Amino acid sequence: MVEQTLRFRDDEPVGDPAVTVDAFADQSNATAVRIEPGDDARALLPHLDRIALVEVNFPAYTDGRGYSAARILREHGYTGELRAVGDVLVDQLSHMRRCGFDSFAPEQPISAEAAARAFTTWPEVYQKTVDGRPAIWAKRHPA
Amino acid sequence: MYQYDQYDQAMVDARVAEFRDQVERRLAGDITEDQFKPLRLKNGLYLQLHAYMLRVAIPYGTLSSRQMRMLGDIADKYDRGYGHFTTRQNIQYNWIKLQEAPDLLADLASVEMHAIQTSGNCIRNTTADQFAGAAADELVDPRPYAELLRQWSTFHPEFDYLPRKFKIAIIGSETDRAAMKLHDIGIQLVKNDAGEIGCRFYVGGGMGRTPMIAPVIGDFVPPLQMISYLEACLRVYNRHGRRDNKYKARIKILVHEIGADEYRRQVEEEFAHILTLGLEPPPAELERIKGFFADPAFDPAAPDELDLSDPDFALWVDQNIHAHKKPGYAIVNISLKPVGGIPGDATSDQIRLMADLAKDYSFDELRVTHAQNIVLPHVRKADLYTIWQKLEEAGLANANLDLIGDIIACPGLDYCSLANARSIPVAQKISERFGDLGRQRELGELKLKISGCINACGHHHAGHIGILGVDRKGVENYQLLLGGCEGADTSLGQITGPGFNEDGIVDAVEKVTEVYLAQRAPGERFVDTFRRIGMTPFKEAIYAKETANG
Repeated sequence: MVEQTLRFRDDEPVGDPAVTVDAFADQSNATAVRIEPGDDARALLPHLDRIALVEVNFPAYTDGRGYSAARILREHGYTGELRAVGDVLVDQLSHMRRCGFDSFAPEQPISAEAAARAFTTWPEVYQKTVDGRPAIWAKRHPA
Repeated sequence: MYQYDQYDQAMVDARVAEFRDQVERRLAGDITEDQFKPLRLKNGLYLQLHAYMLRVAIPYGTLSSRQMRMLGDIADKYDRGYGHFTTRQNIQYNWIKLQEAPDLLADLASVEMHAIQTSGNCIRNTTADQFAGAAADELVDPRPYAELLRQWSTFHPEFDYLPRKFKIAIIGSETDRAAMKLHDIGIQLVKNDAGEIGCRFYVGGGMGRTPMIAPVIGDFVPPLQMISYLEACLRVYNRHGRRDNKYKARIKILVHEIGADEYRRQVEEEFAHILTLGLEPPPAELERIKGFFADPAFDPAAPDELDLSDPDFALWVDQNIHAHKKPGYAIVNISLKPVGGIPGDATSDQIRLMADLAKDYSFDELRVTHAQNIVLPHVRKADLYTIWQKLEEAGLANANLDLIGDIIACPGLDYCSLANARSIPVAQKISERFGDLGRQRELGELKLKISGCINACGHHHAGHIGILGVDRKGVENYQLLLGGCEGADTSLGQITGPGFNEDGIVDAVEKVTEVYLAQRAPGERFVDTFRRIGMTPFKEAIYAKETANG
């Protein structure tokens, strides 16, 4: 299997294997954790300062719980790597980025060009999220 | 009416370009149908029984004459000369060729329209009161809030893969003309004793196989926190809605299973957090949008009298005209339900005629109703006779609004790949059986709604008389429901008993109306009589054994 990660961060990737949310609570040295769709991302909030990598698993692209998990982590100040793994398709990259993901490890490789094109699909955005892009309403009414 | 600025236009243009690329990849064989399916569905393009069907969004059911004219032209250019207005205030074209779909979307974009999120497990096109901005009983015009909602829900990155589709309706009158409590979220704009506006959130209603009436979750959310409250409602649903069974995945099941109180607690917790994030558009944005919905230049001297000496015209006025907030003006309902016709269908010529009427007589505006009719919202009473004559010539002066002939029906097995039974022929037969307008008027308000499968696109649960088509061992069978109702007194219909074949269901409907006529008290609508006397007399009549003579 080809390991591919599209990464949009300048820091060094974390080498540690990601542990489950349950295991993470018992392992005070773990720095990488993996969230499954049924996990509560809020369980990680007390530990954000010691996490360097959160993997959010998408067993099927149609299961959108990971988008909320990502946003919740970012909204609470998580600044480490946030990686979407699993059934991650080119057509979801743009929305995932808007929800705070900054790296992607898709099961089926996505070319860097296709990814770049996906990120430029939308010239504007209607919502304020956690990616720092100004919403259209903010452009209409500059402070 | 709202008009796009460069930002709104850039978004729909980007969508057209993206879809053109996806279609080219599909036609070239670069992607499979399985890979293409979720992409085309995001653009409202379904593969039906015979051809592709495209569902075009009509945001909160509001159209300009230019947009309406384009809908007529599209019917000629890409379809077979007609379109089908739906129960979600949208329009569907049934005979679309895949290779032409990108051009069709480009034509739509040229008049500020699109097919974004008309399918898929995302937030669908927002619906609203079709009399918004015109009704005499309106407290707050819902359109600016609906537009704010349209923008917020368009390409929302967190809520594009919800457990299931998500439908929002918004109203600002005491009278609910949008079946608001039967939506995933219904928002009613209300005023408190101090005259301040608030949003009352009903969450967890719906039809489908498990119909539910939405409970109140947020009683009085400030309008400038509406988006944040929606984010909270949707996030709780996205995280905790069931994904193990698509038939239990709508938000109504979540609210029902954990209870309205627990759902409300979770929403409020999330809401408190979201309020700290500054996601809400500023007050200036709501004001900007409101500017597009200012009253048109009504003539304060418009005469209020009406010459009703033509009896056919008088009938149409009595049945199809609704009170306007301004003296001298009226709201015109154009029924798309001719005797024996297909509910909601209009030809390209009829669509263009309605566009012309809007341009000449209704400040350039039209509305689509969830009952699959068209509204001219701002008409001078003095122009009504001229309009009626033109409608009459075009076969559009059906004076049957809210009568038994004003049937709601889904496309059914004639078009839809989900259907178990045909809806259209049943609608046509009932419409013909009750073709005499005098007979329809004698029965008074009687909302008859037909769905061709359990998904309930034809709103059969909310019909005073509802009909549900099912497949019974390979044979189409029709169940009869009585006592459903939408609006302030929303109720769900009850099944009478064993189903009927196509002719049998028409006979059963007729027997039901006979019981009503025999039993009604003065002034009682059908549904009122049903509520008073209950199911038994109706059951006895429709399931009575034919007694042998002799």
